[in-house]
Amino acid sequence: MLPALAGLLLLAVVAPALPGWTIFLLSMAFAKALVVLGLVLLLRGGLVSFGHGMYYAAGAYAVGFAMKLLGIREALLLSAMGLAAGALLASVLGLLLARHRGLFFAMLNLAFSMILYAILLKFYWVTGGTDGMGVRQATFAGLLPSVAFLRLAYFYLTLGIAVVAFSLAHRVAGSPTGYLIRAARDNEVRVAYMGASVPQTIYRTYVLSGALGGLGGSLSALNVGHIVPELSYWTQSGEFVFVALLGGYGHVLGPLAGSIVFELVRNYAYKFSPYTWQLSLGAILLVIILFLPGGLWSLFERAVRWRTRWAFSSRPRI
Amino acid sequence: MGVLLETANLTKYFGLVKAADDLTVRVQDGELVGIVGPNGSGKTTFLNLITGYVPPTRGSIRYRGRDITGLPPQTVTALGIARSFQIPQLYTGLTVLENMLVALATRAGRSRDFWRPLRDNRRTEEAVQILGQFGFKDEIGQAVASLAEGERKLLDVALSFALKPTLLLLDEPTSGVSAKDKFEVMDTLVGVLKGTGVTTAFVEHDIDVVRRYAERMLVFEEGKVIADGAPEILLADPAMKGVILGTG
Repeated sequence: MLPALAGLLLLAVVAPALPGWTIFLLSMAFAKALVVLGLVLLLRGGLVSFGHGMYYAAGAYAVGFAMKLLGIREALLLSAMGLAAGALLASVLGLLLARHRGLFFAMLNLAFSMILYAILLKFYWVTGGTDGMGVRQATFAGLLPSVAFLRLAYFYLTLGIAVVAFSLAHRVAGSPTGYLIRAARDNEVRVAYMGASVPQTIYRTYVLSGALGGLGGSLSALNVGHIVPELSYWTQSGEFVFVALLGGYGHVLGPLAGSIVFELVRNYAYKFSPYTWQLSLGAILLVIILFLPGGLWSLFERAVRWRTRWAFSSRPRI
Repeated sequence: MGVLLETANLTKYFGLVKAADDLTVRVQDGELVGIVGPNGSGKTTFLNLITGYVPPTRGSIRYRGRDITGLPPQTVTALGIARSFQIPQLYTGLTVLENMLVALATRAGRSRDFWRPLRDNRRTEEAVQILGQFGFKDEIGQAVASLAEGERKLLDVALSFALKPTLLLLDEPTSGVSAKDKFEVMDTLVGVLKGTGVTTAFVEHDIDVVRRYAERMLVFEEGKVIADGAPEILLADPAMKGVILGTG
């Protein structure tokens, strides 16, 4: 965790020297990584959600409505509202979803996300329909950054929140709840005969996952400045699952690695083959699944293992 | 010595099959009871009924005077009844130590905790100590998937024991273990349990194991308890021996 934090700190230092498109790309990668992180917490419990676009959209629209209806413009407050929207929605849907596993869990999430998509699309007099909603510039501690610094300000906001969220998620993963969700994946019967409740463990993890989804959506809305119903569409949810597999879910930093690589690959794939970029992404996922079933994060783990082995073998023998 | 567990007219049907037939059994505090009988005689069903794995068709179960009939496993466990399984129920994706740490955290009521770390010094110390009692030393960092069958059985029992139950139900703790290792496994188990005062009932096929370790024996046949008494007395009867071995 510490080397990753050092890397992010270095990124924060060099950020002002990076081109604007890179800053935007990284901001979006961090925002989406939060949604994927939520997904990964569930994946560690053997639960796949094909509907996390729903929480992404809930967070984004919470920002849109807070600006439009309540006149709130403070970036941190808006992010908190996105998080709360995701948590609230997940706490309601989780009551039903925590009872389901496997395909049913995955498809029910998808169904709910498509219901939200239809609501966002059809209630156009409230949501703006297919046109979506514009998100105005946010303020930082009451100050409105100049246009030249706005992108950088959003980047630091997103980076800061991502660092806090990933550190907290790392802590959760090492807590009894974090282990119990893994235990539940392995053996629900044993969890029950330990005196713990599997549905409650799944419910708590699901709410946390929804909150992260909402947080990611709110940051994405602030960065892009516009929100559309497609945020809740199944292809968006599929993209999050794709990134989760790409990054790997053996560690909470997997989503971060996956999200950054995904945004970079998509960017360059689109640049070099604008009509077949999905083909390139598909090929990459195929290669990852075949050769790196643990995702990109497993490369890092392998490197650490090799280093440890090398350190032992190069030690002088007495 | 009071009555710890009492079942009255406990009956369970699976479709048309009567797996438990009017079982009325009393287990006293501190007893070590062996449950024997041929395959399909209802031994495991009896354990499943007590621990809430399946609800009874009729009848009642009282534990320390409290009616626990039909309560879910989670509640039954919280009341002080722990069990192990014929096929060890472990967290195969976790290490031996992590399995034990999860058990200890749950026992301490920390299963909802998502802030404090699972691996704290005190919990790890206790986990290592309990695992040591069951003979786990070098294996504690190993993935459960790499353990031998006997070790899995022991770990399954160790997880139940770690919950500090008042009543421990063991389902065939030596099945799948070689004839040579059976007594070693049972010696370890009984050695740990001795002095703790934990009332224990274990299902067993091997009558030599029951003869050596049980203080009292319940003989099951076709869902009924057909004999209840001291093993040395019951096993002296060749007809009873035949029933237990399924040859009578």
